[in-house]
Amino acid sequence: MIATGQTLKSSEEIKGRSLWVDARRRLFHNRAALASMIILGLIAALAVLAPLLSPFAYDEVNYDLIACAPGWWPVEAACTAPGHIFGTDAVGRDLFVRVLFGARVSLAVGLVATLVSLVIGVLYGAVAGYLGGRIDGLMMRIVDVLYSLPFIFFVIILMVMFDRNFILLFVAIGAVEWLTMARIVRGQTLSIKQKEFIEAARAAGVGPLGIIIRHVIPNVVGPVMVYVTLTVPGVILMESFLSFLGLGIQEPLTSWGVLISDGADQMETAPWMLLFPALFMAVTLFCFNFIGDGMRDALDPKDR
Amino acid sequence: MAALLEIRNLDVRFDTPDGEVHAVKNATLTIQEGECLGVVGESGSGKSQLFLAAFGLLAGNGRATGQVLYRGEEILGASQKRLNTLRGSAVTMIFQDPLTSLTPHMRVGDQIIEALMLHRKMPRAEARERAREMLDYVRIPESARRLRQYPHELSGGMRQRVMIAMATITGPDLIIADEPTTALDVTVQAQILEILRALKTDKKTAIALVSHDMGVIAGLADRVQVMRHGEIVESGTADEIFYAPGNDYTRMLLAAIPKADDTPPPATKVGPPVLEVEDLKVSFPVSRGLFQKPLTLRAVDGVSFTLYQGETLGVVGESGCGKSTLARAVLQLLPKTGGKVVWLGNDLDAATRTDIRALREDLQIVFQDPLASLDPRMPIGVSIAEPLRALEPQLSRTALKEKVRAMMARVGLDPAWINRYPHELSGGQNQRVGLARAMIVGPRLLVCDEAVSALDVSIQAQIVALIGALQAETGLSLIFISHDLSVVRRLSHRVMVLYLGRVVELASSTELYAHPRHPYTRALLSAVLAPDPRAERAKKRELLTGDLPSPLDPRAQLTFLKSRLGEPGYRPKLEQVVPGHFVAEHD
Repeated sequence: MIATGQTLKSSEEIKGRSLWVDARRRLFHNRAALASMIILGLIAALAVLAPLLSPFAYDEVNYDLIACAPGWWPVEAACTAPGHIFGTDAVGRDLFVRVLFGARVSLAVGLVATLVSLVIGVLYGAVAGYLGGRIDGLMMRIVDVLYSLPFIFFVIILMVMFDRNFILLFVAIGAVEWLTMARIVRGQTLSIKQKEFIEAARAAGVGPLGIIIRHVIPNVVGPVMVYVTLTVPGVILMESFLSFLGLGIQEPLTSWGVLISDGADQMETAPWMLLFPALFMAVTLFCFNFIGDGMRDALDPKDR
Repeated sequence: MAALLEIRNLDVRFDTPDGEVHAVKNATLTIQEGECLGVVGESGSGKSQLFLAAFGLLAGNGRATGQVLYRGEEILGASQKRLNTLRGSAVTMIFQDPLTSLTPHMRVGDQIIEALMLHRKMPRAEARERAREMLDYVRIPESARRLRQYPHELSGGMRQRVMIAMATITGPDLIIADEPTTALDVTVQAQILEILRALKTDKKTAIALVSHDMGVIAGLADRVQVMRHGEIVESGTADEIFYAPGNDYTRMLLAAIPKADDTPPPATKVGPPVLEVEDLKVSFPVSRGLFQKPLTLRAVDGVSFTLYQGETLGVVGESGCGKSTLARAVLQLLPKTGGKVVWLGNDLDAATRTDIRALREDLQIVFQDPLASLDPRMPIGVSIAEPLRALEPQLSRTALKEKVRAMMARVGLDPAWINRYPHELSGGQNQRVGLARAMIVGPRLLVCDEAVSALDVSIQAQIVALIGALQAETGLSLIFISHDLSVVRRLSHRVMVLYLGRVVELASSTELYAHPRHPYTRALLSAVLAPDPRAERAKKRELLTGDLPSPLDPRAQLTFLKSRLGEPGYRPKLEQVVPGHFVAEHD
């Protein structure tokens, strides 16, 4: 829809101010959201550049420096490792690099699983909502049935059947998250379906698929984007929870959940092992939530 | 003696993300004891904000400066406590939408007595008795039972009467009525105005009547202020404003109102029949909960008519009479339950889905709400192009764009606006977009479903003129649906009056307006308000009592044929009284 608008453009035409432009302007005027976006960008950049930032590899074991505090640690510790700015873990690996590698996994799981749920959920919900009637009833009952499966059992069964593996984690989380997305999109679609512009499109001769793609989906994108920004932290938490239970990422790869789990075991003797991954995760979750709030305010149709 | 309310140099400003909006500029007005001041203006003229600001009800981002004196006491910026006492008892308000101004979870009676118990410290039983008397006063039947009902159980007119009862029960000196009848049907509007008029004469209550409708103002106001862009451009007695307007804007407003003596378009060169509708029926199931059989709502209950090429058929009726459903069934946007629709000799029952798609080139529609009928996320150029893209996919991008630009110019839109969005345009401009979208495929039948009802009068006149010009140019047939008899008159060759899904009268427009036969048509015509205070004061009204009966009631069809009430299921028949003039049976 927007693409066609651009192809119609020529030099003397006035450029319209779309609702997206308005929303973006409001979002960038929201300080908490803007700061969150910057911080999140920094964390992401650190995660991507991780190997370049530290002389240590994420799986480089050093038995001379087991659970050593960073050089600047204010409290006296059993041993210190001045070269490691976040200290080392229980087998002497550099914690800074591991936190950043954990960020890679956690953010990737968050984004990919959310994306999976987004695609399936939006299509499924929009189709169910727009077609309505029996088809809607059937499609939503399937969602209800899937909802009622206990999630942890589902994951454990998957792990047992297919062995533990990274991709499976995406599948498992995505398979659960799209259900909520489908419900949200269906609800929005039901209300948009009543709008006059949908009827106008039908009167103009546009078919059901065209209406869903051209009119319904662009108009549900607002609430969906808000939900997406709130889903990402949920997924990150879920991954940590699975990792905490030992169902997640395999060593030597790591994620924030694994690091926090390991750190929790050593909380009394080596608190930095818990502190740094937990801090990164908390900041990331905060940022996503602030961005989600900012988007909700920016996209609020009341301000239109 | 001080005036009841005196507003001096009132300024209202709003801080918005797009900068400051100066909503009311230096407004000065007075209201004397017991008089009715009409404040008239088009949407966005600041007429509502003026009174909201005066009584401290502005939205959070608004600021008011100036002086507001109630019986000589400064109330602008007075304490919340003082304002609350004042608002509940001495000055009360009636708003446009009676559903949103009543609390949905409270019984009507409890809401009415709330103010009495709060401000007059009246015991509950006594307050209830007063409330019942008040409901009788505003002519709500079965008042004792109504007190125990919830707002959603009442009709719109009934709710507005409850609002009036609430506003009057504390015996205020001043009632501020902000568009009190705008959301109501014409016959109900006439009843509500009658009640307000009685309030003014019996109880000597002053009324500030805010409205966009010159007719409403003419019927009630002693003095009138005309507002435009936040300024009061003219004020004077009703007679001065209506018979000797001094300001150009006032003159323009008055000229834009459809007059009773507007001549309908001549019935020229009407061609062969294009559309024949026979005994069309559309019904919907109305669910009554899980275990009960759904009721059948007959929205359109056996309507037949023929439309000729180049002709305009006006369809008139109040909300719920099935006029929009009829239009949608004719356009195949809704499934019909019975009857036949024949387009150019082809029965549309036999049409396949592809046929109906192709048919959309011939049959187009313009909707009531210009903003809601355009996709907010699409530039208007894309919206206008949509029917073409769907129906003539072989067109190239450039050809498409050329057509859109030409069409925009034709409906009076600057083609340079092709990439603008609906929210950047005014209501009238958006309606031009809607019209361009309908006209771009070159339809042979255009249905205008209340296409001008949401617009200001001056814009209304422009759009009606544009539709007329397009018709003259292309020879298309029109079905012009409206609740407003005077607008219909401007365009229609023939007029069909609908009542609860059935035709009660069908005649040429000259005939129908000159010699209405059916009592319902007469009531509708008499409820039309002329912008003529002397005529309005003198007018003897044929008021319908009560509201439209529920279309679910099987006896509702016989409202005007009481003698046949003994025969359930009987439908009044259409009879031809003079050639071309059909009237339903009535007592």
